[in-house]
Amino acid sequence: MLDPIILLPAAINGLTMGAVYALVALGLTLIYGVLHIINFAHGSLLMVGLYGAFFLHRAGLDPYLALVVMVPALFFTGYALQWSVIGKASHGSDQNILLVTLGASIVIENLALYFFSADTRTIDTPYSFEMIDLGVALVPLPRVIAFAAALVLAAVLWFLIARTDLGRAIRAVAKERQGARLVGIDVDHIFAMSFGIGTACLGAAACLLLPMFYVSPHVGHVFVLVAFTVVVLGGMGSFSGALIGGLLIGVTESLGGLLLGESLGQMGIFLIFIATLMFRPSGLFGSRLS
Amino acid sequence: MSVVRLLDVRGLRAGYDGVPVLHGVDLQVDAGEIVTLLGSNGAGKSTLNNNLSGLFQPSAGQVLFEGEDITGAPSMGIVARGLVQVPEGRRIFPNLTVLENLELGSYRRARGHCSRNLECVTAIFPRLGERLPQAAGTLSGGEQQMLAIGRGLMAEPRLLILDEPSLGLSPLLVEEMFALIRRLHEEGLALLLVEQNVVQSLELAQRGYVLENGRIVLSGTAASLREDPALRRAYLGV
Ligand SMILES: Nc1ncnc2c1ncn2[C@@H]1O[C@H](COP(=O)(O)OP(=O)(O)OP(=O)(O)O)[C@@H](O)[C@H]1O
Ligand SMILES: [Mg+2]
Repeated sequence: MLDPIILLPAAINGLTMGAVYALVALGLTLIYGVLHIINFAHGSLLMVGLYGAFFLHRAGLDPYLALVVMVPALFFTGYALQWSVIGKASHGSDQNILLVTLGASIVIENLALYFFSADTRTIDTPYSFEMIDLGVALVPLPRVIAFAAALVLAAVLWFLIARTDLGRAIRAVAKERQGARLVGIDVDHIFAMSFGIGTACLGAAACLLLPMFYVSPHVGHVFVLVAFTVVVLGGMGSFSGALIGGLLIGVTESLGGLLLGESLGQMGIFLIFIATLMFRPSGLFGSRLS
Repeated sequence: MSVVRLLDVRGLRAGYDGVPVLHGVDLQVDAGEIVTLLGSNGAGKSTLNNNLSGLFQPSAGQVLFEGEDITGAPSMGIVARGLVQVPEGRRIFPNLTVLENLELGSYRRARGHCSRNLECVTAIFPRLGERLPQAAGTLSGGEQQMLAIGRGLMAEPRLLILDEPSLGLSPLLVEEMFALIRRLHEEGLALLLVEQNVVQSLELAQRGYVLENGRIVLSGTAASLREDPALRRAYLGV
């Protein structure tokens, strides 16, 4: 059962899914790092992205081309949500924001149920079942693309945060809001930008996921629980932690599924989650953003 | 005739969540002046500064900067005009490098002069120049204070508010701090200096105000304040 011929392909498949988890977790950890809140609407916004990509595909747009639509669309959705709803309703209190994002996720999911019904949907693409021979394993093409694209996007995000004026302002606001105001940073704008960028990650993840996954009004739950685990595992607000944590969780899930059976695969994730909280509550990696 | 003051605060009232702290403060700073603001702990000095900087909204009164009404304006607009504060407690960005902290000083103003001003600031504070890649949170307290001032200077302020710049510094560094303030003044910068070192700040300043319980109880030239019996009793214990 522990034959490397089976384990290796499973691990590689896990890595590909893990890269998408990492992308989702990067968005979550960015929002956490700057706004100091767990965004409970993260999963439902991913679901919105998946439906967006789904209907664009129905209209004839390939999911990978849909990236150029869905990434900006989710960015603006996130920006507007923070600017006009979350920021306004929270009155500066972090507990309030928590409830507002939770409320937003309930509203979004129920709207999806109402408009799209509870059906689980998938798309067919010409390349859905195309396999790429990586020498040690055959991997479906969409998974290879998702892996590569997620890593490229993570690199872009890293560059944005580490090397640009906007990134400097985001990191400044994350740690020292009053100091940020005193150098003339528009803190509300930076909050909305951070939320927007965190949500844009979901737009990207949605387009990469759709060819190899499904969409339903509750699809976000799968990812948000995993993303929470990744963020806690990697250290709240840590960029590299989210990236490595995502990959690690993907592999764990895949190997867990192989050893324990499909439905128990996610159990491994929560064992890691609990172990992390017990033995290393600050995560495996130091935090970078905050 | 009316001379346009650099900063003209008229009847300013402010507080927190409806609890009043400032009960009508009048204060002026002219171009090129050092004005010192004295007052015991909790008098409302930082509250005044933070209202001037737009971190809080005053409930009544007026703030004019170079003749323009900036009452209740957002902090970014106030910084853009050149009213810059180096706050109590420094409020540097500990997770950013020294260089990034300084660069953010010109986020809203004098952005085009960033590299030139960076050279000026590192010339004033060579210790910062030696530590540009270091995380600001790992600087010593004195270095952090230098960084806070350097960050403020990066914006090419027209008026620099310094809120207790010598707090927590060793006597030697306090001397250096006052020498620096004198030098900035000689270069033409106007300063509003909040200080606990009453003697030294009155030696440096041209004028001063004493704030008690949210009211200006005494004001005048630094020379007259130095001789004032009430001030000497309250702050110098003589
Ligand atoms: N953010 C805040 N929320 C509520 N009350 C505050 C806040 N900041 C200051 N205060 C209160 O306002 C009053 C004035 O405080 P302030 O910080 O302006 O005094 P200060 O003159 O700067 O004193 P110090 O010399 O100790 O710095 C104090 O009673 C203080 O408790
Ligand atoms: Mg104070």
